Amino acid sequence: MNERKGVRKIVVPGELIKEVGKPGNGVFVENGKMYSAYLGIVETRAGYVNVIPLSGCYIPKKGDKVIGKIIDIAPMNWVVDINAPYYAPLHVNDVPWHVDFGYTARYLSIGDVVLAKVSNVNELGQVWITLKEPGLRKLEGGHIIKISPFKVPRVIGKGGSMIQMLKEYTGCRIYVGQNGMIWISGSPEGMITVIKAIRMIENEAHTYGLTDRIKAFLEEERGEENGN
Amino acid sequence: MGIKADIKLIDDNGLRIDGRLPNQLRPIRMEVGVLERADGSAFIEWGGNKIVAAVYGPREAYPKHVQEAEKAIVRARYSMAPFSVDERKRPGPDRRAIELSKVISEALESVIFVEKYPRTSIDVYIEVLQADAGTRVAGITAASLALADAGIPMRDLIVGCAAGKIDGVVVLDLNKEEDNYGEADVPMAILPRTKEIALLQMDGDMTYEELKTAMDMAMEAAQKIYQMQVEALKKKYLEVE
Amino acid sequence: MSNSKFTAGVIPEMMKKYIHKLASKGTRIDGRGFDEIRPLKITKGYAKRAEGSALVELGRTKVLVGVKIEIGTPFPDTPNMGILTTNAELAPLASPTFEPGPPGEEAIELARVVDRGIREGHAIDLEKLVIEEGEKVWIVFVDIHVLDYDGNLFDASGYGALAALADAIVPASRYELGDDYKLPVQHYPVPVTFAKIGNWIVADPNLDEESIASARLTVTTNEEGKINAMQKGLSGTFTYEEVQKVINMSMDIGRQVREIILGDSDGKED
Repeated sequence: MNERKGVRKIVVPGELIKEVGKPGNGVFVENGKMYSAYLGIVETRAGYVNVIPLSGCYIPKKGDKVIGKIIDIAPMNWVVDINAPYYAPLHVNDVPWHVDFGYTARYLSIGDVVLAKVSNVNELGQVWITLKEPGLRKLEGGHIIKISPFKVPRVIGKGGSMIQMLKEYTGCRIYVGQNGMIWISGSPEGMITVIKAIRMIENEAHTYGLTDRIKAFLEEERGEENGN
Repeated sequence: MGIKADIKLIDDNGLRIDGRLPNQLRPIRMEVGVLERADGSAFIEWGGNKIVAAVYGPREAYPKHVQEAEKAIVRARYSMAPFSVDERKRPGPDRRAIELSKVISEALESVIFVEKYPRTSIDVYIEVLQADAGTRVAGITAASLALADAGIPMRDLIVGCAAGKIDGVVVLDLNKEEDNYGEADVPMAILPRTKEIALLQMDGDMTYEELKTAMDMAMEAAQKIYQMQVEALKKKYLEVE
Repeated sequence: MSNSKFTAGVIPEMMKKYIHKLASKGTRIDGRGFDEIRPLKITKGYAKRAEGSALVELGRTKVLVGVKIEIGTPFPDTPNMGILTTNAELAPLASPTFEPGPPGEEAIELARVVDRGIREGHAIDLEKLVIEEGEKVWIVFVDIHVLDYDGNLFDASGYGALAALADAIVPASRYELGDDYKLPVQHYPVPVTFAKIGNWIVADPNLDEESIASARLTVTTNEEGKINAMQKGLSGTFTYEEVQKVINMSMDIGRQVREIILGDSDGKED
């Protein structure tokens, strides 16, 4: 998120882009003119003009931390739904355990949820993910909810301020996947509060003073709890 | 088209039965993001039409044999609720709905960068809840919004608009009575930026000059409808920091 | 977002545990009490080509029900009765798991459960729908159109059907049979559905709850406290006591819902 104040300019698919620069992501050129390919916002960076989409499915990028759901099992890999157009295979070589051929189901079963990292994406949109890095793992307990991947920066907040506040007020552990999947673990009351707050952020992402309103909401919830 | 009746569709002052001028659109209202489950959705109220469009995808195409190795497939399904018309429509697609679904799919595909998502499908569902002539063009207009809302990359929006002929006069955007008793109807889908024509059908009886006037009228009106589309999209996504 | 048909059906194990844990603390995933239904909004007269209609929003579930009334021949065994027919379509725009095509078993069960409530609860007096005995009767078509699926279609559709019937006008003038008149609705049999989650029973399950429920029970009761229809679903079971409890809860909730259905939340412009 950049630091500019004010209403951001939105472009629609096919809209002429007036900003000057080399065509970057999310734009296309026709007869020497640049147009937006998405419903999105224009951003100029390092001489390139990009359109950042405002909606749609998650488009995986190398290095993203994502939360995914195991939806199928094969002898040498699992198939993981990471909320993208394509499923991501998780190969036995990319997990921190030694898995013998055919024994994949012993480690992760259908319906399990993992915190993984996108290790590679190719031109065709095929994605590979890994669990081989500290912190990456199967997530146990808690609950996952899904938001638009484009609202992730709002949930995290500037410098992580929003998510930090949610954690402090509720005592919950929270992981926000870049793919819009959020894992929450803590007391039932805390989790319900976090989920309500995230839904508020999602619905009011376009308004001013969101952080203050979320803070007021969290104060109120905490007050109610103490009152009980 | 062409049902013979003693109905005067244009009065002595040159006004149509709903009081419109020949080149006047019916009132149109659009709203983006009306459904929870769909990846993108839009609602359009156009005259007496109420239509909701939803998009799912891009998602891995299923069954697998319909996948195309180099592009996404675009599958639009036009459907009318049984209670959307005066005489109850039997549920399930009839031959008309199947034909319309096909030409709408093709029209929508013309603007989508399908090569970005090989092996996937982009499913577009258009449900007519209340019909009042011009459902296909209103449906395409809503579908285009739903596609943009779903974050599908496109080279343009797409606008549906029809013109036709009633009582020997070329008019824009026929309503139900005009559609029933008029002489010709020309539904079109237009790419507002490039002015390309992505859907064109016609039935009735028109001279070359009349057809040309009708097409010009629809092309001109498409720009107005496009402005409404842009407003509806920007309204949903207006963001401040 | 892009859940395919296949993966949308895979329920994370952790969600099941979470919902159970919440239930053990006396609460639910959206913070409701066990006997609390989601916010209910009914807009009558939404679809103006229909003789009667109602848009129901039950939480985030949206269902549009339209009633069409036409003339037809009575069934040979009931020459002195009009005809009621109920149909449901799970339109594929409503969920990534709904597929285009003829109604599957889920849509048929939905239509039949809603039909049973209206029919057995004598919501409309079919004997009043005879134009010419044995020859000509009114056929009342109730069409359920699911637009957004976030759980508990039975209740949303049942409320929509009742509200649409209450909104309906018999189009007599169209057939030169005198003036149009309001379809006579005499009873309001209201369905309320419960899900069994672990050992707990919750009213009006949302999609998450529905997806992990072991059993489901719909009880339709009318304003006189009579029971008109029931339907048990899924592979789990209820104890005898649980069924009694569900029936009583259904009557209580049914009373609240009936008020909303009878309310004048009318979408008509005039």
